[in-house]
Amino acid sequence: MQKSIAEIEDEIVEEFELFDEQMDKYEYIIDIGKKLPALDSKYQTDDFLVKGCQSKVWLHAYEKEGQLFFEADSNTAITKGIVALLVRVLSGQHPKEILNTSLIFIDKINLRAHLSSQRSNGLSSMIVKMKAYANVYV
Amino acid sequence: MNSFIRNQFPILHQNVNGKPLIYFDNAATSQKPLAVINAIKDYYEHYNSNIHRGAHHLAQIATEKYEDARKTIAQHINASEQEINFVRGTTEAVNLVAISYGRKFIKEGDEIIVSEMEHHSNIVPWQMLCEEKGATLRVIPITDSGEIIFEEYLKLLSEKTKIVSIAYISNALGTIHPVKEVISEAHKVGAVVFIDGAQALPHKKIDVKELDCDFLGFSGHKVFAGTGIGILYGKEILLEAMNPYMGGGEMIKTVSFAGTTYNDLPYKFEAGTPHIEGGISLGAAFTYINELGLDNISVYEDELLEYGTSRFFEVEGLRLVGTAKEKASVISFLVDDIHPYDLGVLLNEQGIAIRTGHHCCQPLMDRLKIEGTCRASFAFYNTKEEIDATVSALKRAVKILS
Repeated sequence: MQKSIAEIEDEIVEEFELFDEQMDKYEYIIDIGKKLPALDSKYQTDDFLVKGCQSKVWLHAYEKEGQLFFEADSNTAITKGIVALLVRVLSGQHPKEILNTSLIFIDKINLRAHLSSQRSNGLSSMIVKMKAYANVYV
Repeated sequence: MNSFIRNQFPILHQNVNGKPLIYFDNAATSQKPLAVINAIKDYYEHYNSNIHRGAHHLAQIATEKYEDARKTIAQHINASEQEINFVRGTTEAVNLVAISYGRKFIKEGDEIIVSEMEHHSNIVPWQMLCEEKGATLRVIPITDSGEIIFEEYLKLLSEKTKIVSIAYISNALGTIHPVKEVISEAHKVGAVVFIDGAQALPHKKIDVKELDCDFLGFSGHKVFAGTGIGILYGKEILLEAMNPYMGGGEMIKTVSFAGTTYNDLPYKFEAGTPHIEGGISLGAAFTYINELGLDNISVYEDELLEYGTSRFFEVEGLRLVGTAKEKASVISFLVDDIHPYDLGVLLNEQGIAIRTGHHCCQPLMDRLKIEGTCRASFAFYNTKEEIDATVSALKRAVKILS
């Protein structure tokens, strides 16, 4: 049974509560990224690229029985971890749910405060791209 | 000595992400001493006014201070005041020459030479000029260590060469180019030389007469002054021969619909109300660094470079990008196959500011077959202790990323 977005977000928030230090959070994010299944190289093209400054992120989505699935990769470890978190929350959800979520976990784990100042990480662009995919299938 | 200097830079005394700030991004922009901050404050608190035209008291003081700054800058590089044009920065200086000099004197079939390791600002304006005029941009190749290949440069020079434009010091790698030799060889074929001094002015004493460069551009914000101000130096005879760059107030002598006459140097290239406090801040910055002494500054920075280079090598898998014999206090590096961005973020998390990426030198990165580097660039207010802390922080970051 697919967990809801809110349920997965709660899980992530709980996991991050274990860390006091931001460096440890990053270490965890990087580990999550390492576990993200590799994205087929045919999707690692400009068509699937999320525009960022220094990091490259490729996002591919496909629909199956009303659910939207995401696959992603990045050339930087931290961005890969971030996109892996987004994939974990949004992959397998209904397009409508994806469009409606505000992804509150990002603020709760104090990710945005640390990353939004760095426009190069493309966090918001990734979310916009994932929602754009959802919009196609809604 | 060092705490005395550091106390003059208020911004350095803060924590970032819970750690004392270590600012190693000086090649991008330098921090400002109280002497500069106070000069800007003083301007707005006591004599803010539009310069040159006003007959009133404030306008007179502002004009005097602004022109004093020009004098200080002229003296600093051994130029005359007529040769010192206030511009927005190095980028505008290059563009001004490309447009005002280039449009008038460059013709189809002419050649302009740049090096393979130039900043985009010292490439694109020339490309645009070449496109407009049907001229050709030729490129001096570099070695793997990040030095221009002088023999190849000599081969490129011919009677077709009209402009050579090169950085004194590479922003990405810190290489100090043999600009004096570059200039004298260019002059042998009758070409004029633009020196991009953006990275050089903070570290080296430059004497334009001794160098014999035809143009020199630099940015105030990299040399401890405010942002948005810079200098284009040009030999008077060349500036006189050039057409104005922008039209407007200040740069005119008389205006009528029958025809307009242009103002004398240096005002000919300074249309509109200038960046008054910026110019004043640049004068204050040069006064400040001359008090410290550029010789003292460069000796100390060389020491930091040497110490930093040897300590950085303690980080396993670290390799330098750019190993020129003559280098300014810039360490460009990579660690194994770790992406520079990841290192940059994890250093920032530990309070350390470095730059990561292509440093606006994509052709150089292509040449070196890398996407970018991590770049730590030191100024005289940096310390060996900061280097020690950075090495520890780097080791921690590398451990996490490996």
